[in-house]
Amino acid sequence: MPIQSKRTLLPILIAAIAFGSAAMFFSGAPTAVAETTPKTDAATAPATPAPSASNDLFTPVAAVLRHPRCMNCHPRDDRPRQGDDRHPHLQNIVRGEDNLGFVNARCTACHRDENNSYSGVPGAPNWHLAPLSMGWQGLNDAELCTTLKDETKNGGKDIAALVKHMDEDKLVLWGWAPGGDRAPVTTPHPQFMTELNAWAAAGAPCPAPAN
Amino acid sequence: MATTFTLNGEKRSVDVDGETPLLWMLRDDLKLTGTKFGCGAALCGACTVHLDGESVRSCQIQVRDVEGRDVTTIEGVTGDVAAAVQAAWIKLDVAQCGFCQSGQVMSAVGLLSQIPKPTDADIDKAMDGNICRCATYQRIRAAIHEAAKTLPG
Repeated sequence: MPIQSKRTLLPILIAAIAFGSAAMFFSGAPTAVAETTPKTDAATAPATPAPSASNDLFTPVAAVLRHPRCMNCHPRDDRPRQGDDRHPHLQNIVRGEDNLGFVNARCTACHRDENNSYSGVPGAPNWHLAPLSMGWQGLNDAELCTTLKDETKNGGKDIAALVKHMDEDKLVLWGWAPGGDRAPVTTPHPQFMTELNAWAAAGAPCPAPAN
Repeated sequence: MATTFTLNGEKRSVDVDGETPLLWMLRDDLKLTGTKFGCGAALCGACTVHLDGESVRSCQIQVRDVEGRDVTTIEGVTGDVAAAVQAAWIKLDVAQCGFCQSGQVMSAVGLLSQIPKPTDADIDKAMDGNICRCATYQRIRAAIHEAAKTLPG
């Protein structure tokens, strides 16, 4: 399959280079563009958008939680999801009573503690489905935030424990290094931790319910 | 470095690379060819064996994972459940080409060992990962129910 992928990608790569070269030819060199771009000084330049209220601090956190690498194992039903399109896990895989799968179809029947580069099957320590109480699919920001913070749903984690979980848990961190052709979480983990800590430091405010 | 484990009730020590898939150690090094290679990607179930009593895909389990653990293959699966499955498989003439059947049998034994009287829904969930290109699914389902009739529980 990797060979097929390369064969598929090669013409696209060539086309992209050709298109890029052509675009540069017709638009001029990048330096010429820079020279003709009006300059702005610090006083008039638009500032980096800042959260209009502390409630907005959760927005970038929610964006990470909604990434398929996170959301696929936080369903609100009994079917784990797969892929960037979040399709139901092949082979009729279901949650099971302990979030580790059904008889014959336990997570550990296929998923090891690390990615399998030979087969492409992903893996990380403690591979499992999040409990149903931590189902996130379809929740808006306010619902996602309140669910995340609810210690009756999140396994008794206070805010500090949540931050630690998302900073250190190896299964969580797998989302940033999923291997294979899986897209990692878009926001780099250090940036995410900065955003998460900012939200926590502000008292972990949740957006208004109407959000 | 040798890996020591229990295989079909006997202590074994095998000196192969720890990253070797269990499937290939079983077939190539120990000549236990009853466990089949189907896809190598955990998609077909032909390579199903039991690891500490639970069904796993031996193409995904690495040799280093079985250190100190119990592995059971189609050659060594025994007991009342296995006997009931074998009898039902013969009675209903389940196999067609037979290539997937060792995996099907291991999964059926795995299911009935934990759920002695499975419903159709249980069978769907527990057996869906075992593919049969001859489409003997209805006979497999019937044979699991047939075996269940002879088991207590």
